[in-house]
Amino acid sequence: MLETQSNYNYKVVRQFAVMAVIWGIVGMAMGVFIAAQLVWPDLTYGIEFLSYGRLRPLHTNAVIFAFGGCALFATSYWCVQRTCHARLFCGPLAAFTFWGWQVVILAAAITLPLGMTSGKEYAELEWPIDLLITAVWVSYAVVFFGTIAKRTVSHIYVANWFFGGFILAVALLHVVNSCEIPVTLFKSYSCYAGAQDAMVQWWYGHNAVGFFLTAGFLGMMYYFVPKQAGRPVYSYRLSVVHFWALIFTYMWAGPHHLHYTALPDWTQSVGMLFSLILLAPSWGGMINGIMTLQGAWHKLRDDPILKFLITSLSFYGMSTFEGPMMAIKTVNALSHYTDWTVGHVHSGALGWVAMVSIGSIYYLLPRLFGKPEMHSVKLITVHFWVATIGVVLYISSMWIAGVMQGLMWRAVNPDGTLTYSFVEAVKGSYPFWTIRFVGGLLFLSGMVIMAYNMFKTMAGGNTADAPVLAPAGYHA
Amino acid sequence: MSDFVNEFWNWFVILTVLVGIIGCWVLLFVQSKAPNTLGQTTGHVWDETLEEYNNPMPKWWSWLFVITVVFSLGYLALYPGLGNYPGAFGWTSAGQHKAEVEKVDAAIKPLFDKYLKMDLKAVAADKEAMEMGKRLYLTYCMQCHGSDARGSKGFPNLADGDWLYGGEPEQLIETISNGRMGMMPAYGGNPDAVGGAAGAKEVAHYVRSLSGLANDSLLAAKGKEKFANACAACHGPDAKGMQAMGAPNLTDKVWLYGGSEATIVETITKGRQNKMPAWKEFLGEGKVHVLAAYVLSLSAGGDKK
Repeated sequence: MLETQSNYNYKVVRQFAVMAVIWGIVGMAMGVFIAAQLVWPDLTYGIEFLSYGRLRPLHTNAVIFAFGGCALFATSYWCVQRTCHARLFCGPLAAFTFWGWQVVILAAAITLPLGMTSGKEYAELEWPIDLLITAVWVSYAVVFFGTIAKRTVSHIYVANWFFGGFILAVALLHVVNSCEIPVTLFKSYSCYAGAQDAMVQWWYGHNAVGFFLTAGFLGMMYYFVPKQAGRPVYSYRLSVVHFWALIFTYMWAGPHHLHYTALPDWTQSVGMLFSLILLAPSWGGMINGIMTLQGAWHKLRDDPILKFLITSLSFYGMSTFEGPMMAIKTVNALSHYTDWTVGHVHSGALGWVAMVSIGSIYYLLPRLFGKPEMHSVKLITVHFWVATIGVVLYISSMWIAGVMQGLMWRAVNPDGTLTYSFVEAVKGSYPFWTIRFVGGLLFLSGMVIMAYNMFKTMAGGNTADAPVLAPAGYHA
Repeated sequence: MSDFVNEFWNWFVILTVLVGIIGCWVLLFVQSKAPNTLGQTTGHVWDETLEEYNNPMPKWWSWLFVITVVFSLGYLALYPGLGNYPGAFGWTSAGQHKAEVEKVDAAIKPLFDKYLKMDLKAVAADKEAMEMGKRLYLTYCMQCHGSDARGSKGFPNLADGDWLYGGEPEQLIETISNGRMGMMPAYGGNPDAVGGAAGAKEVAHYVRSLSGLANDSLLAAKGKEKFANACAACHGPDAKGMQAMGAPNLTDKVWLYGGSEATIVETITKGRQNKMPAWKEFLGEGKVHVLAAYVLSLSAGGDKK
């Protein structure tokens, strides 16, 4: 196929979109597997490579960076070309981001079970992989901003603000947090020590949520929701305020992961306050997305893609209300270290991040493979309900388990002794861990349905690139 | 105590935090003054169909934003957050912890004082005290000694009536209060007397013979001599151990690390190090007393040999 400037680069979008579904299955299967280990602790007969401690980082890396990352690459490359009315900048570099990112993922899948880890949550990969991530990410920025630079429209569409903010912030976070001193090829130590190290870790950790798992996906939302609804974005002004407020305040929120620790009190307070302020900017995105459906609510009835997108926004609103509440010190004193946190994360990760990605990928697949629609629209609806029931089971069981654990841990007898030993709280959690396992299994099943639908749609598809459209103003 | 190396950072934090929070409000205020036209788009079109309405921001949402900003400024006046400024309430997390601990300590002191005055055996016979002891045990001790107090490899069984450092009341209190450091040097500190790995095997057979386990009598006979030279100093010439040093009795059926030939050889060739932490500082005398009584009660009517 000829690479000309008059066509959009769909190849790299296609590659990332398909891999997002595949890595989604792998990452979620890992999650279901470790959830099963909590219910049946002897599941793997003590084989070290399959132990919970090794597979948990593999699960988080696979779902965040492999599944989420591929979905972000696919949607941002699609969105930036089409809203800039220009072919993606520097095709070979875009191809490098795809292959480079797959190598990163494979390296993670090999090194983490072998126990090679820097020990930093969500940044466990060792230094040689960190360097490759940096190279891929810088290339990503060049491709993305290069495309913005060669746009043929004067205004930059709102989705690209969020994608751009996400790319820049993640570069900054990755480089600062992964600052480490290599000792051997597979071992390094953090440049920071003690409370500073913890602070840098959670500055990174919470912004991984804020930028990788929020800003990037808001970019996705701003393209695919108005597209699928066929309605204009609700309020330009709201998008301006919530964009700047969101990217500014997220940077401060990290210390709420370190309440009542050795972190200085002033840092904890500041982290808590900016987390509270974050409520409004977050809800700005939810409002702008959901209100875009104003006048087109009836479409929700029979469009399963829109169902995914709007439900994802509802979960986004829920978890961004829950988050600021959990950042309040008194609430955190109950919720911290319990399964409530796990439930909160998954209401964001499954309900928001995964669902908005799934909806967007369903939008993309037929267009990428020259089909009028997905192989089976009915299966999208099935996927939607299976996934929704899965999320609800997951988060409600974790809420109950989390609050129960928090209350049991703090219960004290009149003689000052603890009412419950730790193991009693573990025992009490078993039924809820079982429900969580079922919820996760349902969500995973939905992804398998999606993969089937995807391969059926791909079969006999036409993979020709579409011509670059002239901006609307040119027609007038 | 200041968290900052100099005043610059103090003011840097104060100013960035205030400018950041007030900046959020300014952003909202300035943008809400921008002209808007309800129900009309901005006029830009991307990718054929993408447009944006120039609707105003929802009023209730703007108020939500303002409330969080006002709350934050109020909180910073009352609680630590602005650099070195301690806040009007003078609250600190360390202070909160101290106050909570003092409150509970004051409330439970009479209870523990009552038991502290009693003889340990009398406490061990007190039903109420033993319920407390069990709860304390399940909080602080079971991680190593197990929920049934029967220990595991390297962690002594507390219910079998066999004691490394002695099971008398004073000895139990001493063990819990100040902890114990168990140390067996490799080859008993005398590799030449044992004669390397081959010698260790002979000693292992001798040691197994002492507790009536299967052994090669030829090897055991050679081991006996080596035992006298390298091991008897701590374990005693009769191998019945020495509680003052925590050296185990090797003639009984209790094995801290295991009694298989391979494990004993490993113990001899590599030595063993073990540690029971000291609890006096953390728990205080009263709780240690009740815990010691509980441990005493575990083996009182138990499977003593």
